[in-house]
Amino acid sequence: MNGTPIISAKNLTKKFGNFVANDNLNFDVYEGEIFGFIGANGAGKTTAVRILCGLSFPTSGAIKIAGFDVYKQTEKIKKQIGYMSQKFSLYDDLTVYENIRFYAKIYGMKTKEIKTKTEDLLNELNFAHARDKKIRDIPLGWKQKLAFSTAIFHNPKIVFLDEPTGGVDPITRRQFWDLIYKASDKGITIFVTTHYMDEAEYCDRVSIMDQGKIVALDTPVNLMKEYHSRNMDDVFIKIAR
Amino acid sequence: MKSFLSFVKKEFYHIFRDKKTMLILFGIPIAQVLLFGFVITSEIKNVKIAVWDKSNDYITQEITNKITSSGFFELNTIINHQSEIEKTFKKGKVREVIIFEHDFAKKLHKEKKANIQLIADASDANSANMIANYTKGIISNYMIKHNEKIKLPLQIITKERMLYNESLKDVYMFVPGIMAMILMLVSAMMTSISVAREKEMGTMEVILVSPLKPIQILLGKVTPYLALSIINAVIIIALGYFVFQMPIIGSLSLLMSETILFILLALSLGILISTAAANQQVAMFISMFALLLPTILLSGFIFPIENMPLILQWISAIMPPKYYIIILKNIMLKGTGLLFVWKETLILIVMTFFFILLSAKKFKIRLE
Repeated sequence: MNGTPIISAKNLTKKFGNFVANDNLNFDVYEGEIFGFIGANGAGKTTAVRILCGLSFPTSGAIKIAGFDVYKQTEKIKKQIGYMSQKFSLYDDLTVYENIRFYAKIYGMKTKEIKTKTEDLLNELNFAHARDKKIRDIPLGWKQKLAFSTAIFHNPKIVFLDEPTGGVDPITRRQFWDLIYKASDKGITIFVTTHYMDEAEYCDRVSIMDQGKIVALDTPVNLMKEYHSRNMDDVFIKIAR
Repeated sequence: MKSFLSFVKKEFYHIFRDKKTMLILFGIPIAQVLLFGFVITSEIKNVKIAVWDKSNDYITQEITNKITSSGFFELNTIINHQSEIEKTFKKGKVREVIIFEHDFAKKLHKEKKANIQLIADASDANSANMIANYTKGIISNYMIKHNEKIKLPLQIITKERMLYNESLKDVYMFVPGIMAMILMLVSAMMTSISVAREKEMGTMEVILVSPLKPIQILLGKVTPYLALSIINAVIIIALGYFVFQMPIIGSLSLLMSETILFILLALSLGILISTAAANQQVAMFISMFALLLPTILLSGFIFPIENMPLILQWISAIMPPKYYIIILKNIMLKGTGLLFVWKETLILIVMTFFFILLSAKKFKIRLE
């Protein structure tokens, strides 16, 4: 990889009492990359994402996001990133447009810009007819696509996706990844956690976590070669054993 | 500022689109005031009594007439035998039996002394007491009138005047209490639930990741409820004033300022609760048990604080509603100014600052 890393973590450690959730993580993510954090539930993925987003402070380690320090420059980092949690994070009782407008406004976007951009977005998603529908009335797959589109609506440099495809059928998941590729084409760096191994193959590079440690970090192709496997599922089983 | 305004707008959407929230916000206050005002009343009015007149002379009849024509009592049954007393009580309608002894008038003239026995149904202790006192009052009034012709050498006559609530209306007691209760409910419970809901839905994380500052999030949550609580306070005062003729002798602006102070206090308590509660149910239960019940039981709203055991009196001293109710009663009924309630006001201000600081600090810790 070339260029300077947009996310750089050195010796990232997070302890909850005696429990070490993240044990000396070292990784760099480069601009425009789709970087996957793979691991079983409880491996420490969400903890790491929360630290990178500024939702929680690390116990120790040096972390920089878009060139800013996570300890001192959280406010500056916040303007550069988008975030989508496992729970979709849209308001059930607001309409599609109201949700988009709300999130865009708290990122300081102007009403005019929001209006035209929403129209473009909904046309692109073939979802213009649902502009004024409440979120609770639209299907799960759509909620998820909207949540992602909302997370990158303000054009962040990096977007963090924490298990964005939990509980969704494979077809919708595939469509969701199309959206991720589109965002990546626009130059947005994607940081995604998942425990679906097929999704790992969609990433440019993946880091596999096990019990709070990074046990492997490379491109999916290299990992499959290294572990003599035909897919990431095999790789994961061999590593995590 | 714009992002803050859009946050407030979003909060209003949540409130106005949820029928349950709207019902709690505006239905319950109105229902409470009307309920307390009309239904729950311990005033003595048309209480049914029974009379056992063993003497049946002109004096006992005069006294009976005085009692039944007072408006407080209504003659229901005439009793002729001891065994009938309990039967009458057990039927449930009659609350008091008045018994005149044999040869009442004769004894009164000869021995200057005659006996009346009052038996009240004390399964409701408070009103039994009041009923007996009212009856005694009417009888002694009769005596005084009767004695006017005969000059007694020494006479002590007590005359009572119930200042600030001349006709002893319960509403005067309830309206301030309900105000405290409703404002506590609306402000603290609703804010804590609304913060907890965002946590439950996962939207809180997304907001915290955004450039919005924690203080903006807090204020954004609190502002809509501040506005709605003020409207609520106005509704309750108006209902009390127009429906129950609750007076507002003191300054209305002082009343509103104190009310806003109390609302702020309740709101900060709500935020404090929300930092401890992981979901809406927990938020609701904490608000109910930690705020609502003490407001009803320990603030002097229903039960006088002076009659409580010492420990409960101490606990009631840290109940914010207690001071708010004192202030309200002073302003509304006595018309006193800030000069007389500055102590209570100061206590509320100190409490408010304490809870605001504490909840702001706790809220930041949640961020961590």
